[in-house]
Amino acid sequence: MNEVTPWSDVIDYLVKATGESLYMMGISTLVAVLLGIPLGVWLQVTAPGGLRPHPFVHRILGFVVDLGRAMPFIILLVVLTWLTRFIAGQSIGPSAAIVPLSIGTVPFVGRLVQNVLAEVHVSVVEAAVTTGSGTLRIVRSVLLRESLPALINAIGVTVIAVLGYSAMAGVIGGGGLGDLAIRLGYQSFDNRVLWSTVAVLAVLTTLLQFVFTRIARTVDRRRHASV
Amino acid sequence: MITVENLTKSFSGRTGAVVALDGVTLEVAAGTVCGVVGPSGSGKSTLARCVALLERPDSGAIRVDGTDLVSLGGSALRAARRQIGVVPQGDSLLRQRTAAGNVALPLESAGVPGPQRRTRVGELLDLVGLTDKAGSYPDQLSGGQRQRIAVARALAANPSVLLADEPTSALDPETTGSVLTVLDRARAELGVTVLVVTHDMGVVRRICDDVAVLDHGRVIEHGKVLDLVADAGSRTSGSLLPSVDQNPEAESKYDRVADVVLVGFAAVGALLPEAASRFGVELGLLGGGLTRLGETPVARFRVGLTGERSDSALEWISEAGAAVQRKPKGPQGVAA
Ligand SMILES: Nc1ncnc2c1ncn2[C@@H]1O[C@H](COP(=O)(O)OP(=O)(O)O)[C@@H](O)[C@H]1O
Ligand SMILES: [Mg+2]
Repeated sequence: MNEVTPWSDVIDYLVKATGESLYMMGISTLVAVLLGIPLGVWLQVTAPGGLRPHPFVHRILGFVVDLGRAMPFIILLVVLTWLTRFIAGQSIGPSAAIVPLSIGTVPFVGRLVQNVLAEVHVSVVEAAVTTGSGTLRIVRSVLLRESLPALINAIGVTVIAVLGYSAMAGVIGGGGLGDLAIRLGYQSFDNRVLWSTVAVLAVLTTLLQFVFTRIARTVDRRRHASV
Repeated sequence: MITVENLTKSFSGRTGAVVALDGVTLEVAAGTVCGVVGPSGSGKSTLARCVALLERPDSGAIRVDGTDLVSLGGSALRAARRQIGVVPQGDSLLRQRTAAGNVALPLESAGVPGPQRRTRVGELLDLVGLTDKAGSYPDQLSGGQRQRIAVARALAANPSVLLADEPTSALDPETTGSVLTVLDRARAELGVTVLVVTHDMGVVRRICDDVAVLDHGRVIEHGKVLDLVADAGSRTSGSLLPSVDQNPEAESKYDRVADVVLVGFAAVGALLPEAASRFGVELGLLGGGLTRLGETPVARFRVGLTGERSDSALEWISEAGAAVQRKPKGPQGVAA
């Protein structure tokens, strides 16, 4: 049996790992959302019954997106080493982990966004079409604006999923909470590190969910949000 | 003015092609309200969507104020759409925008600057009687108020034509009235030409000058409501005029039986009693009644006449402007 790590060290580890996790999660989600929203818009606009239906483009995009989502993250992490070195200038560490994390999350966000946009009622979209608005304006001031609460919720889901993925970043030395729990907790038989890391992850997840739900509700102008 | 010529449109469905419009020709004069009625699936919405430039017909022409709109594309299409105000079927307001914000949408897309936009939105909210709801969100409005906002939005960019697809189908009779009043005001105060799709003959009764009856993608009846009601065989008269119960026993007591449709002043005047006294015949009312089409009183009565000059009396009634349809009754009735 190992010696139990003293609390002061555990806290140091946790602070450092939380910082790494938040860093990977924040940047990756930002990149994935910035790329995933246009992807989702493109998917929905070209869908049957969309603003600019285009079966061929829609099918190709859908195929690529689903392929991306089917790819296990751990594989991306390894396969994308060359790209990571090119973009991040290094192939290990938290910054390196951001590249596969972002890329792996883009198709996920794309599908989420498409599903959210598809919920905007067809009469609402057609009303905008009949005002003579162009496609870009309708995307911006009708599709995206009407879905804003649902989009914020979708980003919340994404953030938490990315936090989960980032647990695997340890494979390429990314650090973070997942890595801490596995290496210094599980593999070193140190339950104190293991469970306190899990506790921090649970608190973070709950907090993130709460914040995103709250923001989504605040911007929503429908029934319940007459505040 | 809206002119629709020989419009055809089919959709490829699961079980082969569905012909939604099969050679529809229609004309709606400037500043009038035309109702499009017909059973579900008869092509009403497809017709409205073609005129709204949401659907491209397979063939035929659609002209609004003389310009053919069918072949337009790109920015010309968008400009043409601005000339046509549309109230789509169902809930069509942006739920994340206030009532005023919804009305402003067409003005934003037309590039109207902020201050003018606000003035115009104010005028429109006033027109539909919802000035006090400017800052309300659609979910805080009743169904009737939402539809009135949708009408205000459709009118925002000053279109010459207004299309509404089932604007009252989700509403109770009372709120239906408020929406119809707004459509009527659009015609009366702005001179807009209105095409309203409905399955509710009450809408035709209250605001339509003209009516077109669709069935299986064809126009089976089209004309002025007041002309069609005088035509005993028309569907419009059947569904708009007071019904007459069959009463063979009462009818058998008279020499002649006829249905008389009276439009306007004659409906409430003393035409029938006058005919009776002028020709010295006995005239009895066997059924029917008085109703109103828009502001116009219209009556349909079944009358029985007894006396030598019964035929002359009926002729005189007919010459006075009433539509008279004699009912076969016994051998001499058929001869008449
Ligand atoms: N987008 C569409 N795709 C396939 N069939 C359609 C479509 N729109 C309408 N139809 C068909 O065309 C016919 C007329 O429909 P519609 O114009 O909606 O009738 P109405 O409004 O009178 O109820 C129906 O048989 C309907 O199923
Ligand atoms: Mg319909």
